[in-house]
Amino acid sequence: MAGKERAAVLGTGQTHHKAKRQDVSMAGLLREAIDRAMADAQVGWDDIDAVVLGKAPDFFEGVMMPDLFLADAVGAVGKPLLRVHTAGSVGGSTGVVAASLVQAGVYDRVLACAWEKQSESNAMWALSIPIPFNMPVNAGAGGYFAPHVRSYIRRSGAPTHVGAIVAAKDRRNGAKNPYAHLQQADMTVDKVQASQMLWDPIRYDETCPSSDGACAVVIGNEKAAAATDRPAWIHATAMRSEPTTYAGRDQVNPQAGRIAAAALSNQAGITTPLEETDAAEIYVPFSWFEPMWLENLGFMPEGQGWKLTEAGETEIGGQLPINPSGGVLSSNPIGASGMLRFAEAAMQVMGRAGEHQVDGARKALGHAYGGGSQFFAMWVVGADKP
Amino acid sequence: MTVVEPLSAPMELAFDYTRSLGPTLSRFVTGLANATVVGARASDGRVYVPPLEYDPVTHEPLRDFVEVADRGTVLTWTWTDEPLPGQPLDRPFAWALVQLDGADTGFLHAVAVDSADTMRTGMRVRAQWAQERRGHVRDIEFFLPEDAAGVVPPPQPPVEPIAVMTTPVTMAVQHSASIQETRYLQALKEGRLVGQRCPVCRKVYIPPRGACPVDGVPTEEEVELPDKGIVTTFCIVNVPFLGQRIKPPYVAAYVLLDGADIAFLHLILDCPAEDVRMGMRVEAVWKPREEWEYGLQNVTHFRPTGEPDAGYDSYKEHL
Amino acid sequence: MRDVAVVGFAQSPQVRETTGTTNGVEMLVPIFAEVLSGLGLTKGDIGFWCSGSSDYLAGRAFSFISAIDAIGPVPPINESHVEADGAWALFEAWVKIQTGEVDTALVYGFGKSSAGNLRRTLALQLDPYVLAPLYPDSLAVAGLQARLGIESGAWSEREMAEVAVRSRRDAETNPNAQVAGSKDVDELLAQPYVANPLRRHDCAPVTDGASVIVLAAEERAHELVERPAWITGIAHAIDSAHLGARDLTTSPSTVIATQRAGGIDGVEVAELYTPFTHQELILRRDLGLGADVRITPSGGALAGNPMFAGGLIRIGEAARQIHSGNASRTLAHATGGPALQQNLVCVMEGRD
Repeated sequence: MAGKERAAVLGTGQTHHKAKRQDVSMAGLLREAIDRAMADAQVGWDDIDAVVLGKAPDFFEGVMMPDLFLADAVGAVGKPLLRVHTAGSVGGSTGVVAASLVQAGVYDRVLACAWEKQSESNAMWALSIPIPFNMPVNAGAGGYFAPHVRSYIRRSGAPTHVGAIVAAKDRRNGAKNPYAHLQQADMTVDKVQASQMLWDPIRYDETCPSSDGACAVVIGNEKAAAATDRPAWIHATAMRSEPTTYAGRDQVNPQAGRIAAAALSNQAGITTPLEETDAAEIYVPFSWFEPMWLENLGFMPEGQGWKLTEAGETEIGGQLPINPSGGVLSSNPIGASGMLRFAEAAMQVMGRAGEHQVDGARKALGHAYGGGSQFFAMWVVGADKP
Repeated sequence: MTVVEPLSAPMELAFDYTRSLGPTLSRFVTGLANATVVGARASDGRVYVPPLEYDPVTHEPLRDFVEVADRGTVLTWTWTDEPLPGQPLDRPFAWALVQLDGADTGFLHAVAVDSADTMRTGMRVRAQWAQERRGHVRDIEFFLPEDAAGVVPPPQPPVEPIAVMTTPVTMAVQHSASIQETRYLQALKEGRLVGQRCPVCRKVYIPPRGACPVDGVPTEEEVELPDKGIVTTFCIVNVPFLGQRIKPPYVAAYVLLDGADIAFLHLILDCPAEDVRMGMRVEAVWKPREEWEYGLQNVTHFRPTGEPDAGYDSYKEHL
Repeated sequence: MRDVAVVGFAQSPQVRETTGTTNGVEMLVPIFAEVLSGLGLTKGDIGFWCSGSSDYLAGRAFSFISAIDAIGPVPPINESHVEADGAWALFEAWVKIQTGEVDTALVYGFGKSSAGNLRRTLALQLDPYVLAPLYPDSLAVAGLQARLGIESGAWSEREMAEVAVRSRRDAETNPNAQVAGSKDVDELLAQPYVANPLRRHDCAPVTDGASVIVLAAEERAHELVERPAWITGIAHAIDSAHLGARDLTTSPSTVIATQRAGGIDGVEVAELYTPFTHQELILRRDLGLGADVRITPSGGALAGNPMFAGGLIRIGEAARQIHSGNASRTLAHATGGPALQQNLVCVMEGRD
């Protein structure tokens, strides 16, 4: 455990994630998550010492540095306000930065909120604005990742239905999560495999939606945590980055993710991740990232992540439940998705995951990645003090 | 090596953003469409125009709406000689903070007068409502001196609450290619594929980089590359979407040119999509010479050469 | 709290326009080399990297992702990014060192303002529902603020011009400055307004630039330089975004940040990030900086204003005063947002 202070998640909150939250303004979206987090943490506005906001590219909402205009709505006037941006991993990085502020002893309680209101514009447009001299390949978002999925399948020899297993599981899990964008209690492997092939080998039902949403957590030090019920103690945090492309880069099992996971386990005192972790919320926007990240995160040896998935062991009730919340495949407000993973991991060890609770979860992993799989942010939270 | 002037080109970013308003801003914006100005009173007793969404002290949503006058007093002003695109007027005008009668805060908007000599802090101004109002801050075209002649817009039936406002955000940027990229683009204009080698790790990058991502120094030595190589990995694009020019299914693949150390994304055409394989040898298909520009689109796609596939071991490090 | 010091600082020349790309790589590569070699360090010696920049300035999403190429982040690095001036990235790095996870950090900021129309782009920082759709540019907002103070008697156009005269004179000894020279107040006051009541000299120029700072903790700092600039306090705060609701002639968040950073007692040099002359007058008055404090001897933003690097430069320049033995206690200020909305203050000292 880094730092002089222990830090814990005192409470979490999130919005009802939907394609278009036309019932709220941007401030309203954030406040929905923030108000829930503060109620869950049993804190008032005067208890918050600092606010950290995280969001992906500003072009999505068409506002430059929106933390500035949101200062009033998030109760930050007269307080420190920081805006983190590390592409898709930002929700996770925001959590790591907020945790650092408490671990460093700078503040007692920090409010962190990550969000995206993609319906202000169009995610596809914002991610593919034509740049002079750059040839647009017109492959779409999935077109960037799908070739690497093919590489994984080739490398590992995984049977081709593994992706569908992940998708069906995550959508069914989402149906147990009242906040999830997609609620598909009846999803099956057959249905996924019958859905339209979008970027071979990725099918429609194996891809994430575009969502409006926000997620907030209140993080406090030991003294603050003593005043709440069942905080989620932050055992470790890690962030690593590498270039999007470089000669010889492993796109399937990126080194930055591996190193971050190793540093994380080391900090958390975990030597056998598969045995010692009770649940993991990991960033899976396209189904096959589940087996890929199982390997990258050190849960399974290289080339074998798919075996855990295929055996059904990543279901709730299995050896390592992955994304009991439904994950990114069920809700994807890009800027918030990383923090949703972090918050859902905390909810598990706080016993507050309701219908998607993993029984007896005492240690959980939250994980996020961003860009071209090059920013990684993750944390381990536990019911016990580290 | 000859000194190179980097290539640059303008870029326009523009989108009509659809902004859902939420309850408080909806009252304000709907009020504007109805040619009224609605503020909100906070716990400190001040009437905020435009309304804050949340109370500055209690942080509760502000719902105590107060209609204020469409005229008031200039608190401060500044002059604009050369209006910028998107500003309220296209002739010189003043910006001002206007405290409308009944409000306790300043409302930032434009004042249409002929010269800065007419502007005075403390002067009285009134809103010039737009002829057609749609629920937008520009439903007030600008402010005028209170006793100036204006145009009275025709009465409009009251408008139902507006939930979403649309507003364009536009920006012009001059995009510059790096010097390294410029050399590569110039070679493309001549029908050549030229990468550059990093002086430290010796890897050949195409496109070249302002900084080798491993060593942090610019790539330099030019390396002429053949327009043939292999497919390392790929996907079959089956989905139609905005901006697409080729009818799906088609293959988007990472192409590793012979002699290069990094692959780039391109299209594989001229064969059934299902025939494309990892390791397949491909060659570039160029546009006609007279259509060559500064860009990789001079190569419309790659097609199979028919040669035997490269062995997996020969390219597995590039996956 | 761990003792953390600024041990290294470098900046690119502040120029109206560079030919480089908006991702800053061309400006960053040489100054990374300069600051690291000056300390005898390589990239492997840096524990944490953090940058400040804006996608909107670059006109591209993820512009900061391309920027990290300048580091050569292989093997992977512990790295983060804020969409704000590099001074806030420095704050995040300082916090990271406080956690004990790392002992050194490299912080950078960059901006190619020349790529777009800066004053218009900054209108997009305003409330997107009721202000930004009118595109009130940054000079307009500053002009509204300036007139409030002129008419209330808080400052005068002459006092504003005096700030500009001093800035340009100081900039003559700053090899990186863009605007320098020797004019007198009356010469400047004879010039036309560009945004009445602002004249050209009241406004920072448009500048492309980048800067970098290396932080080190405790013993590591002693190993690297003879006279580290120890950070005794660093804090930031933000004011309301409702421009018509707050008193624009004061800067409460700067006062709060200064108090939390330890106050101005003993401060000999204050590098203030004030892109408009009247804003320096606001801060000098709000912070109670008297005649005994040397204000912004680098020339400041009025002499060169590389966006998202400028605040970091104030910290670097204030640290340099300590490194050189010129001063033993200095203050650096950074700002972001319209009309001094958000402010950061860093107080440093040298020890003998």
